[in-house]
Amino acid sequence: MVNKESNSYTLIFSAVLVVLVGVLLTVVFEITNKPYEKSVEMEKRQNILSAALGKTLTREEADQMFVQYIKESKVYNAAGEEVKGQDAFTLDLSKELKKPESEQLFPMFIFQDGSTVRYILGMRGTGLWGPVWGFIAIESDLNSVFYANFDHKGETPGLGAEIKQEVFEDQFALDKGKKIYQDSDFHGVLVEKKGKTSETSEDYQHVVNGISGGTITSDGVSNMLQKYLKAFDAYIKKAGIAPATQQANLSTNASNQQP
Amino acid sequence: MSTESIAIEKERKPLFTSKDRKLITDPLNDDNPITVQVLGICSALAVTVQVKPALFMCFGVIFVVAMGNFVISLIRNFIPSRVRIIVQLVVVAALVTVVDQALKAYAYDVSKELSVFVGLIITNCIVMGRLEAFALANKPGPSVLDGIGNGLGYSLILVAVAVVRELLGSGSILGFPILGQWALDLGYKHNGFFVLPPMALIMVGIIIWIQRSKNQKLIEAN
Repeated sequence: MVNKESNSYTLIFSAVLVVLVGVLLTVVFEITNKPYEKSVEMEKRQNILSAALGKTLTREEADQMFVQYIKESKVYNAAGEEVKGQDAFTLDLSKELKKPESEQLFPMFIFQDGSTVRYILGMRGTGLWGPVWGFIAIESDLNSVFYANFDHKGETPGLGAEIKQEVFEDQFALDKGKKIYQDSDFHGVLVEKKGKTSETSEDYQHVVNGISGGTITSDGVSNMLQKYLKAFDAYIKKAGIAPATQQANLSTNASNQQP
Repeated sequence: MSTESIAIEKERKPLFTSKDRKLITDPLNDDNPITVQVLGICSALAVTVQVKPALFMCFGVIFVVAMGNFVISLIRNFIPSRVRIIVQLVVVAALVTVVDQALKAYAYDVSKELSVFVGLIITNCIVMGRLEAFALANKPGPSVLDGIGNGLGYSLILVAVAVVRELLGSGSILGFPILGQWALDLGYKHNGFFVLPPMALIMVGIIIWIQRSKNQKLIEAN
């Protein structure tokens, strides 16, 4: 038998092992990547539609209903100028976040069911351990929040991870009356420690309660909301529509969508 | 445990000898990886806030320890001793990556639930500890049993800690409210301290205390 402790044996053994493991992992990746990417895509449709409808759909339902309801999407930059030639659905926000803020792009989806129109903003930010993301649906008055959902890569279960629970998301429901503007001034929606803003004050319509024990995640969600709502604010101002004052319609093909 | 003692038994060996059974049962109590060997404490802190991720972590660890033990035991006579730790690491990392990829592709929701914890299995000291202490010196069969046993022993403590932490910290078990609104109405308050990592350490400490006072084999002579 060869000398197991010799340098040449050790080197050859290591090389063979690494090559074998490398081949194995490549094969596994090739096999598993397609179904994985499909799940990710389906989940994105699920999240967009769930925000737009204010209820949780299964991935399969959402996959079927998506084309029926989301007929249009837009991409714009921080200044609110629409950017053509970009697909909002495939826009990779993790790549956008690495660009300087002025060059970042923002996706918006338009939900249409008969005469009901809602705008869904795709968002991405940073939590405590990694990225957080979500979708917020805004009513056609461009002011009232209809619903929002959130997700995260690796926030702590029971703490930061609670942002994806309904208890947190339900605070964005339409009946909670969260608004983006106050007398046409932009306020956005802030995530704050419970009690910081009195529930009776006028500012409470721009505030949801953060997660106790998950302050850094809550702050991350808050910053993310502000950033994407501000970009949306810039976009609608560029489009020449004042929020909260009229029933606006940002859709370019709205006329042939009416019932 | 030496290779010889198992080799001698080779003739007319039943499917599970009493020695094999001990490989499974010992780590549950007398040689528990967390409370006696004090391995895998890190993940016991990280994933015990709720029962569900703890359970998934348990399945992951049982699979990886058993498979890791099996593979290392198969190639134990070819591993140069100078690089054995790195070899173990490569095998464990490869296994964990395979598990992670398979979950992502075929059990997407479970993989989301587990998120970073699957990767954390690589750093679980139990895995490396068992590879080094058992698989390098034993045949594949007993190594698999040792892996399953240690995985189960780990799971036992993890689930026990997670049940207490989720119940007292959030008032639920597996997400079902046990101490729900009715308890809050009666003036009960969830103890937020149980959600924080230090409480896991204190819980493990209490379990070790109870175990040492009950288990005669663990009571030291002085």
